[in-house]
Amino acid sequence: MKENIKFIQGNEACVEGALYAGLEFFAGYPITPSTEIAELMSYRLPQKGCRFIQMEDEIASMSAIIGASLTGHKVMTATSGPGFSLMQEALGYAVMAEIPCVIVNVQRGGPSTGIPTHVSQGDVNQARWGTHGDHAIVTLTASNHQDVFAMTVEGFNIAETYRTPVILLFDEVIGHMRERLVVPEEGEIPLVERLRTSVSEGVDYHPYLPREDGRLPMSDFGGVHRYNVTGLFHDMWGFPSDNPQVVHDLLRHLVDKINNNVNQITNFKSYYLDDAESVLISYGSSARSALHVVELLRPRGERIGLLELQTLWPFPDQLVRRTCEHAKHVIVVEMNMGQILQEVRRVVDQPRKVFLANRIDGVFITPRDIRNIMRLVQGKGV
Amino acid sequence: MERCRIVFSGSGGQGVITASIILAEAAVLYESMTAVQSQYYGPEARGGATRSDVIISYTQINYPKVIQPNVLVCLTQQAYNKFYPIIRPGGLLITDSRFVKIEKKVDARHKELPMYRTVMDQIGKPIVFNICMLGAVTMLADLVKPESIMKVLETRIPSGFLEMNSRALALGFKLAEEYKS
Repeated sequence: MKENIKFIQGNEACVEGALYAGLEFFAGYPITPSTEIAELMSYRLPQKGCRFIQMEDEIASMSAIIGASLTGHKVMTATSGPGFSLMQEALGYAVMAEIPCVIVNVQRGGPSTGIPTHVSQGDVNQARWGTHGDHAIVTLTASNHQDVFAMTVEGFNIAETYRTPVILLFDEVIGHMRERLVVPEEGEIPLVERLRTSVSEGVDYHPYLPREDGRLPMSDFGGVHRYNVTGLFHDMWGFPSDNPQVVHDLLRHLVDKINNNVNQITNFKSYYLDDAESVLISYGSSARSALHVVELLRPRGERIGLLELQTLWPFPDQLVRRTCEHAKHVIVVEMNMGQILQEVRRVVDQPRKVFLANRIDGVFITPRDIRNIMRLVQGKGV
Repeated sequence: MERCRIVFSGSGGQGVITASIILAEAAVLYESMTAVQSQYYGPEARGGATRSDVIISYTQINYPKVIQPNVLVCLTQQAYNKFYPIIRPGGLLITDSRFVKIEKKVDARHKELPMYRTVMDQIGKPIVFNICMLGAVTMLADLVKPESIMKVLETRIPSGFLEMNSRALALGFKLAEEYKS
């Protein structure tokens, strides 16, 4: 057996990915079905001389990672729906102050405390619009442990590249299921490190003055530069401003830095899409059931394919539009009441050919559930 | 068999889930097969009917749960009553004769093994009941090599308890031999 092959839960794969990416600080409040992440972090981080803190709640957890990130460290927290709701205020602060951080939400059924031990994908829109005000956000997901690992590393890379919070939206099935993970060798996946300012001690540092390429180099808070950080609209010194030009430019900057880079941020997988008449679109654990159906029906001559989204936000409009162009029908497979369905309908030329195969009862969607919808859509009856 | 779907069921504390993880881990780490293991969380995992699903395969596994198991293991009456209808026709049903009284005929090979009694008679510690069961199931269903299970035990079990566990495993293998035909 090779040392780097593991048989572990998805939550553990996320921890391995975060450590590989260089995580140095974790603050969290354990909650089902994400608990294993905090549990494993609590002994893996101290082993490498880094900090794990169990906080009093999720508001404090989110605030703690924001502070730690400002001091120059890679940070993460993990939660589930109810905790994710509490994090929304500070999440908006991280968006506004442009602080790199990674937030894992292993989804359970909601609203409220909902159904803790069962699967759901009901937080897709909360990830997008949970915090108030116009903003852009990055949300990644995955359907197997190798991808959980890869998307976790990708999450840290995007957070550092664009100075933004990144949400990793996993679900109970992926979090708890055990399967193989091959941990990549060091250097196999490139890592993005913090862009630090070249302004030396004693020279004025402008925390929000972009370089020529638009990026904002950071200075470790508490280090050699004194500067202000705020959730208010702010100027290049980081001080509050209500100057209309400043307000306008900052909001545009916050949205454009993500939306102008959709292609770089978009991760996806495609299966048999070249000649597909039936296109399934799915993500997270439900993509496994969708792929099961595709692999079952392809050998029987059905022209069916799957687009598995790994970047949910910013939504890959062009990719989805192009993929669905020649499809007779599109079926979105998800475990909510149609949150990605709405996005797909928004971007395709013929919204009426887009259908939903879903489950909202806490039970993992089965290949049969999907085939039943397909038969209805294809006019074959159930 | 190219793909085997196994459901382990019993009650919380019997070690059903641990046994299923050991099996799946043996397949992945020491036999280069693909395996997934998932379990049902919630109140049922604390004293009620526990269930753990394992799929072992030579090809990629997408849908990770088991709907119709090729092999169904029931270690309590409650688990048997709940799960016997889901077994795949022609499959293998394994029950423990101390805990389960068979009520219905199923379209499956049925092996009623005195696993608990054997463990208590020979070792006297109920804690290794699950390992004995794992030995019997592995042998009867021809899932992985005995050495692979042993290798996992060596990594997971404190050295002081390894000998007892390996005896329990051997008891399971022996029971399977006796009841094979």
